[in-house]
Amino acid sequence: MLKDITLGQYMPGNSVVHRLDPRTKIILTTVYIAMIFLVSSPVWYVVPLLYVTLAARVAGLSFRQMLKSVKPLRVLLILTFVLNLFFSGGTTVWVRWGILAVTREGVLLAVHFSMRLIFLVLGTSILTLTTSPVALSDGIEILLRPLRVVHFPAHELAMMMTIALRFIPTLIEETDKIMKAQQARGADFESGNLIARAKAMVPLLVPLFVSAFRRAGELAMAMEARCYHGGEGRTRLRILRFTREDAQASAVSLLALAVVIAGRALL
Amino acid sequence: MQAQTPIETDRVAYRYEEDGPLAVDHVSLSVRPGEMVAVLGHNGSGKSTLAKLMNALYLPTEGRVLVCGLDTAQEEHLWDVRRHAGMVFQNPDNQIVATVVREDVAFGLENLGVPQPEMIPRIEDALAAVRMIDFAAAAPHMLSGGQKQRVAVAGVLAMQPDVMILDEATAMLDPSGREEVFATVRKLNRDKGITVVWITHFMEEAALADRVVVLHQGHIEMDGTPREVFSQVERLKALGLDVPPMAELSGMLAAGGLALPAGILTVDDMVKELRACLSKSST
Repeated sequence: MLKDITLGQYMPGNSVVHRLDPRTKIILTTVYIAMIFLVSSPVWYVVPLLYVTLAARVAGLSFRQMLKSVKPLRVLLILTFVLNLFFSGGTTVWVRWGILAVTREGVLLAVHFSMRLIFLVLGTSILTLTTSPVALSDGIEILLRPLRVVHFPAHELAMMMTIALRFIPTLIEETDKIMKAQQARGADFESGNLIARAKAMVPLLVPLFVSAFRRAGELAMAMEARCYHGGEGRTRLRILRFTREDAQASAVSLLALAVVIAGRALL
Repeated sequence: MQAQTPIETDRVAYRYEEDGPLAVDHVSLSVRPGEMVAVLGHNGSGKSTLAKLMNALYLPTEGRVLVCGLDTAQEEHLWDVRRHAGMVFQNPDNQIVATVVREDVAFGLENLGVPQPEMIPRIEDALAAVRMIDFAAAAPHMLSGGQKQRVAVAGVLAMQPDVMILDEATAMLDPSGREEVFATVRKLNRDKGITVVWITHFMEEAALADRVVVLHQGHIEMDGTPREVFSQVERLKALGLDVPPMAELSGMLAAGGLALPAGILTVDDMVKELRACLSKSST
């Protein structure tokens, strides 16, 4: 059923990773990304590997679920690998076909960049797999709040995310309805080549857009009627709290970061 | 019950465009505390515009609207007016903001800056009053239309308004959903003394209100109890409105020579009156 779609990749659960404050998870993901970029040679990817394995284990995520998050990246991965393999220059030539040469440096670089990509996706997908979109937008709002000094619309951004999430199922349902209405009148969405199919989408998208704008107008009025006047002076039902678990998770992350930095200095 | 007049309009007029016609044409209406007023009218009669004038969503072109004594045209009263006069709209999907029922009810309270510990009992009370407490953690898109409208009512109720304005809140629902929303609001009106302005084009609903106001081309055409209004069958028809079937039937019976007491609106009343008639004629 279209109605039962899950939003994003979120896998509900009650592990320590799930329970962490979304702010902690966002910050630790940022630390993790920094750590990936600080890895100096392919050998040291063992640290993020251990880190991701540990986090996935604790969160109760299976190897398959983790792998699924990397799958959409496969084209980019192959491209990265091939381009780095052949076009990084270097002096120690291992194999040569005409103008194409595989060098030692090329192989190292290709492995390095591919690993970097894989680990970036693996780590960040732990965040999206264990944090509900609502908690995520809450965390983002509070973390970005200091930026209000420079007029960054933190509250507005989070409100937009919440409303978008709220309306995804509504709009999917509506798309389904319009599609059926058009099919009943002979529209064909399934056959033909890519261009024909893209063209067939026009009579679907136009009514969907019109209706989305109408909905937006009505929603804005309903929000105003309920005294919505921006983030100023607003209280919140959901209150975020840092716990011991947040401190422990942060310690583990900082340890991993320290190891990577040390590795960089040693080698 | 509050003694203050919850809503008073004083020769209020509103036009959408500068040179356009008046959508609301000098309407003076005083809603009494604790009553349930049904505002009837066909499309374009100005009933929805009137509703939006009562909540400061529109400001009068001419005249004044007072909500609990506050002039809606004065900007410093804006948020007070909207807190006193809560509004429920027609489309259930386009007025729910949050992804969880409980959080949607909290939305108005968050906007008012109510402290979090105080919010929780108010949300629970509001959800219990509309019998949606079991759905507090549900996602709105999984609910039926009637349930969504009850959540919208709870969202307004949690703000503890004096008046609730429902702008065709049942127009997009199926008959059972319509009944469930109407019964919920009627109960809130009776038990909590909340004044209700019920805007509708369904005669059956208007027949159950305390007072019926009929709008036509932007002005008040009729104003009285449901019995008074619906006994004027010919006049209602001239305004292009349907007449409740029982009111029409008693009109036809009267034309055929059987005079029944005026103002029969429900099947039960009709049965009772006809029985009384029959037993009288048999003796």
